[in-house]
Amino acid sequence: MPAPIRLRELIRTIRTARTQAEEREMIQKECAAIRSSFREEDNTYRCRNVAKLLYMHMLGYPAHFGQLECLKLIASQKFTDKRIGYLGAMLLLDERQDVHLLMTNCIKNDLNHSTQYVQGLALCTLGCMGSSEMCRDLAGEVEKLLKTSNSYLRKKAALCAVHVIRKVPELMEMFLPATKNLLSEKNHGVLHTSVVLLTEMCERSPDMLSHFRKLVPQLVRILKNLIMSGYSPEHDVSGISDPFLQVRILRLLRILGKGDDDSSEAMNDILAQVATNTETSKNVGNAILYETVLTIMDIKSESGLRVLAINILGRFLLNNDKNIRYVALTSLLKTVQTDHNAVQRHRSTIVDCLKDLDVSIKRRAMELSFALVNGNNIRGMMKELLYFLDSCDPEFKADCASGVFLAAEKYAPSKRWHIDTIMRVLTTAGSYVRDDSVPNLIQLITNSVEMHAYTVQRLYKALLDDISQQPLVQVASWCIGEYGDLLVSGQCEEEEPIQVTEDEVLDVLEGLLVSNLSTPVTRGYSLTAIMKLSTRFSSVNRIKKVVSIYGSSIDVELQQRAVEYNALFKKYDHMRPALLERMPIMEKTATNGPTEIVQTNGETEPSVVETKHLPPVTQPANQANDLLDLLGGNDVPVIQTTMPTKPASAGGELLDLLGDLSLSGGPTPAPAPSVPSSQPSFLLDGLSSQPLFNDIATAAIPPMTAYNKNGLKIDFTFERANPNPNVAVITIHASNSADADMTEFVFQAAVPKTFQLQLLSPSSNVVPALNQGTVTQVIRVLNPQKQQLRMRIKLTYTLKGSPVQDLAEVNNFPPQSWQ
Amino acid sequence: MIKSILIFNNHGKPRLIRFYQYFAEDMQQQIIRETFHLVSKRDDNVCNFLEGGSLIGGSDHKLIYRHYATLYFVFCVDSSESELGILDLIQVFVETLDKCFENVCELDLIFHMDKVHYILQEVVMGGMVLETNMNDIVAQVELQTRMEKSEGGLSAAPARAVSAVKNMNLPEMPRNINIGDINIKVPSLSPF
Repeated sequence: MPAPIRLRELIRTIRTARTQAEEREMIQKECAAIRSSFREEDNTYRCRNVAKLLYMHMLGYPAHFGQLECLKLIASQKFTDKRIGYLGAMLLLDERQDVHLLMTNCIKNDLNHSTQYVQGLALCTLGCMGSSEMCRDLAGEVEKLLKTSNSYLRKKAALCAVHVIRKVPELMEMFLPATKNLLSEKNHGVLHTSVVLLTEMCERSPDMLSHFRKLVPQLVRILKNLIMSGYSPEHDVSGISDPFLQVRILRLLRILGKGDDDSSEAMNDILAQVATNTETSKNVGNAILYETVLTIMDIKSESGLRVLAINILGRFLLNNDKNIRYVALTSLLKTVQTDHNAVQRHRSTIVDCLKDLDVSIKRRAMELSFALVNGNNIRGMMKELLYFLDSCDPEFKADCASGVFLAAEKYAPSKRWHIDTIMRVLTTAGSYVRDDSVPNLIQLITNSVEMHAYTVQRLYKALLDDISQQPLVQVASWCIGEYGDLLVSGQCEEEEPIQVTEDEVLDVLEGLLVSNLSTPVTRGYSLTAIMKLSTRFSSVNRIKKVVSIYGSSIDVELQQRAVEYNALFKKYDHMRPALLERMPIMEKTATNGPTEIVQTNGETEPSVVETKHLPPVTQPANQANDLLDLLGGNDVPVIQTTMPTKPASAGGELLDLLGDLSLSGGPTPAPAPSVPSSQPSFLLDGLSSQPLFNDIATAAIPPMTAYNKNGLKIDFTFERANPNPNVAVITIHASNSADADMTEFVFQAAVPKTFQLQLLSPSSNVVPALNQGTVTQVIRVLNPQKQQLRMRIKLTYTLKGSPVQDLAEVNNFPPQSWQ
Repeated sequence: MIKSILIFNNHGKPRLIRFYQYFAEDMQQQIIRETFHLVSKRDDNVCNFLEGGSLIGGSDHKLIYRHYATLYFVFCVDSSESELGILDLIQVFVETLDKCFENVCELDLIFHMDKVHYILQEVVMGGMVLETNMNDIVAQVELQTRMEKSEGGLSAAPARAVSAVKNMNLPEMPRNINIGDINIKVPSLSPF
C-alpha cells in the first residue's frame, strides 16, 4: 500500500476542486484511504493521516473516526505524534465522548515527562478540554507544576489551574498555598497568568477575596514599576511597557477594591498616576485608560478621581477612532446610574453619536440617551430621539419606540406634548410599536380629559392619511368610537377644528373594516367603535345596517360582536345608551414597571387581565362589585347596598351579556349605582355629568382634629379617591406631646352599617415623644349613600410601661368629606 | 474568556477555527457562516466591535475582529475581556505569525494549518491569554519545531530512510539511451 499523501498534497488537491461536489468527492476518497490506513495500524504515517483529518474537519466534514487514533498518537513516544495527537484531541474530542477519559493516564504521564514541551502540551490539553473527572484526578499534578521554577511550565500550570477551578470549584483551596509567591515572579508571562488565576479565585469566592486583599500593595508596586520603568524592548507594545499586564492588574485591583475602603485608599494614587501619565495617541494607551476608568468607577474612589475618569471618557467620545467612541459609550452607560450629573455634561456629544453611521455606536448612543433623559432636557432630547426614530434601521425602531413612550410617560411636561409625541411615534414607527402599548396609550388618552377633542381630531386626520399601521389604527378607532361626538361637533380648542360629518367618520371606520390591511383585532376595534357611535351620532340606521351585515361574517370574533350588537338594537334598545356611554377614567394599580390596568366594568382593552375581573361581576345585584375594582383591593368585602331590584335584574342581564364578551371592546354598564333610576339622558350627557373630574378636588376639604387626650393627638386629613367620589381617603396623623414614646400603638376604627371601611397599614407603631414625629395611617371609607360620616375609634398604646386603652367617637367630620 | 477564534478569508472559507467551548460540528460550521455574514457586511471605517450572532450563545458575548488584506481575524469574547485589549492581542498574534512565517500571507495559513494552531496554542490557552511577548512565543515555537524536525517531522517518512536513500552510491547509469532514428528499410521483394 503506497504511502498516504502528505498534508500539503491533499490541500493542494482540494484547492483545485472547482465545485463543492468535486471537493466532497476528493475528500471522501481521501477519507476512505485514511480509514483503511487506520485499520492497518500503521504507526509511521498515523500522524500524517490525523493531520489531514483535522484539515478536513476544519472544512466541515465529519472526522469522528479519528478520535481513537488521536489517543494512540498521544500514547506514542515521539514528540511529533504527541503534538498532533493532542491537537486532534482538543479539536475533535470533548467531555461528551467517553473516549476522552482514556486520555487521563497519558496526560498524567506526560505531566511528569522530562521534556518541558511535552509537559506543556499535556497542560494545554487539560486546560482546554479537561472534564471534571479528569481535573479531579490530575489537580495534584497541576498544583505541583504551579510551584516549579520553570516559567514556561508555571504560566501554563496557572491557566490550567483556572480551568480546574472552573470545572471543580471545590478544589480552589488546593491551589491557595501555591499562590503565595506567584506575584514575586519576574517573568511577565507568569505574572500575567498568575493575576488571571487570582482574579478567577477572587471572583468565585468572597473568602478568597478578603484573603487576597492584602496583596493590593504588592500589585500597586508592580504596576508602578511597569509605568516608571521606562523603555524595555521585551515587553514593549507601541511604546508602553506590557500593556496586557497593566490591564490585567487594573482589573484585579477593581475586584479587590470594590466595596472596600482601605484597598480603594491604597489604589487612589496609582490610579491617578496611570490616568494622567498614559499616552493616548495609540490604541494601547487607550486600552489602559479605559480599564483605569472602569476601575475608578467601581471602587470607592474619591470624587476628584471620579471626575477625572468621566472627563477621560468625555475625551474618548470626541476621539476620531470609532472603537474608542464605542468603548466610551459602553462605559458611560455603566456609570450613568451612579454619576448621572457628570454624564449629563456630555449629553450633546452622545446625542450626536445617534447620527453616526456605525450600527454598534448608534445602538449604544440610543441606550445612553434614554438613560440621560430627565425632566429638564425632555423636550430637546425627545426631538432628537424622534428624529432618530424616523431615520433609523428597523431593528432599532421597536426599542426606540418603547423607550420614547416610557420617557414621555415619566417626564412629559404637558399633556398636549405627551399626546403629540405619541402621535408622532405612532405615525412614523407605528408598525414597530409593541402590542401592549395600545392599551397603555388608550388609558393615557382617557385620563387626559381636556385633550379628548384635540386627540380625536388628530387621530382622525392621521387615519385619513394612512391605515396600514395597526397600533395607530386601533388607538384611533377606539378614540373615534369614544369621542366621535366631539369630532363632529368641531369643538377643539387647541387646534383649528376640522369639519367632519357623521357620514365621513362612518366611512372611515367602515373602510377599516373592509380593508385588507386591517388585522382581525383592528376590525374588532372598528366594529365596536361604530357601535358606540350609535349613541353619539344621530344616523343610527346606517350603523344598524353595518352591524347586521357583519352578523354573517366569517371571522368568528366579528360575527359574535355583530350578532350581539344586533341584539342590542332589537331587544335591548332601552339599555343601549347606558351600555355605550363614555368610559370612566381608568386607574393604574402600580405606577412603575408593567402595569395592570384596573378596569372598571366592561372592558375595551383586549388584554387577558380583564377576564379575571369579569367572573366576580357576574353575580346578581352586583353592580356595586364594580366599585370593588375601583377600590383597588381584592380583599374588600362585598358591599350590601340597598338596591331596588329592577335595575339589579337589568344589571344581571347586562352582566350576563358582559360575561359572554370576553375580549371585546365591550359596552359599559352604568357605573352609577347610587342613582339607579336616573335617566339615560343623565348618562348620555357625556362628559359633564360624569363624576370623573373630581380628581382635581383634592383641595377644599379642611383637616380636623379627631382626638386629643393625654398627650395623644390624632388629626384627620382628607382626600377624594379618584375616580369614585363615594370613597373618602382619610389620613390620620398621630402625634405625641408627652415626654415618653408611645409604643405598640394601634389605631382601630368602626363605622355605621351603611359605610364600608378599609384600614391600610400604619407607618409605624411607635409614636415618638415630644412631637418629634407622627405615625400615619390611611383609611378608606366608602359612603355610597352620602350619609353623614361618623366613626368610633379605639386607641391602644403603651406609655411608660403601662398599657392604655381609649374609646372615642368622632362626629365632627366636615360636610365636604361625605357629600 | 475567549469563546472562539476564527480566521476566514473574504469569501468565508475558514483558515483556522478554534472553539474553547463545546459546539457540535454542524453548529460550528453554522457559527462560522453566521460570523462571516455579520463581519463581511461591515464597512472599513466602522468600529471593530460587533454584537449579535445569537448562535454562539448568550447575550454576554461580542465579536471583535480585524481585517488584514484578505483575511478576517475574529475573536468572540465575553464581558470579562477588555475589548481594546483583545484588539491589541489580535495585532500581537498576527505579528507573531509574521515573524514565524517570514511575511506571512494567506497561503502560509492554508498550507501550514497545524503550525498556526501550535503558535496559537502558545498565545491563548483554554480561552485565556497565556503569553503576549512576541519574542518568547516565537522562541518557544522554534524550539518545538526543531524537536519535531529531529524526529522526521509530520509529513516525512522516517528520516533515516530518506537520508539513507540519498546517501546511496549508485554507479552511474546511462540515463539516456539514445537510439537515434532507425530507418527501417523494407527490402524490395523480388516478384516471383
